[in-house]
Amino acid sequence: MPKVDSHSIRIPASTEELSRVREFIADFAGQFGFTVQQTHEIQMAVDEACTNVIKHAYNYDETREIELSISYTSSNLIIKIVDQGKSFDPAVYTTPDLEERIKKRQRGGFGIYLMRSFMDEVEYSNEKGYNELRMMRKI
Amino acid sequence: MEQFKLNTRTSGSFTVVDLYGELDAHTAPRLEEVFQQLIAEQYYHIIVNCNSLTYISSAGLGVFMAYIEEVRQHGGDIKLTNMNSKVYNVFDLLGFPTLYDILKDEKEAISHFNSAK
Repeated sequence: MPKVDSHSIRIPASTEELSRVREFIADFAGQFGFTVQQTHEIQMAVDEACTNVIKHAYNYDETREIELSISYTSSNLIIKIVDQGKSFDPAVYTTPDLEERIKKRQRGGFGIYLMRSFMDEVEYSNEKGYNELRMMRKI
Repeated sequence: MEQFKLNTRTSGSFTVVDLYGELDAHTAPRLEEVFQQLIAEQYYHIIVNCNSLTYISSAGLGVFMAYIEEVRQHGGDIKLTNMNSKVYNVFDLLGFPTLYDILKDEKEAISHFNSAK
């Protein structure tokens, strides 16, 4: 078994916490040899995932919590985001059409696309009221 | 963490919005308020200076998406300038450069506005 080290934080489900989430990711991703650009991409993926939880799973209820953990093996960086809100499966989405959205004055819909663009794997599971989003990026 | 700030100023008949720091789901509503106010006061020629914008997430992009049609219907535009490569890459990945004017600087944005008149 490869050695696995892990760090985690719990944050209130508030958009105010997103900058702290990005800092948490930057602190660890940088140590694993990711470039500044790669670290930025991982930060974005996690920001989008947490924003989705705050918005869709918890409907901006700041009394709820998100658990964020980061772990790594010799070849992979793995990020898990766990919440107990409304299930939200990021597999159910279509590639957004920017022009169409602008015409309809719609916004959003790009979060999952960005997560999938920046991470090598994005998996979602729901068990006993816990939603877990697992994202992996190769080192 | 770089605190988000924005500043609105007038340059001739154009309004320039200078962005500083990180634009995410927490700070995007502040930019949204500025766009709503500009539109309410019929300022439709808007230049957004991204020189000091260090980060943008989809919530920030959504603000640009939500108001561009209305501004263009009134003969104006939202032109984006001075983007660093990290921020530009996000706009580029989602196809913004084909639908938005993303320009080198304020001078170039004004020149594009003037040539469209």
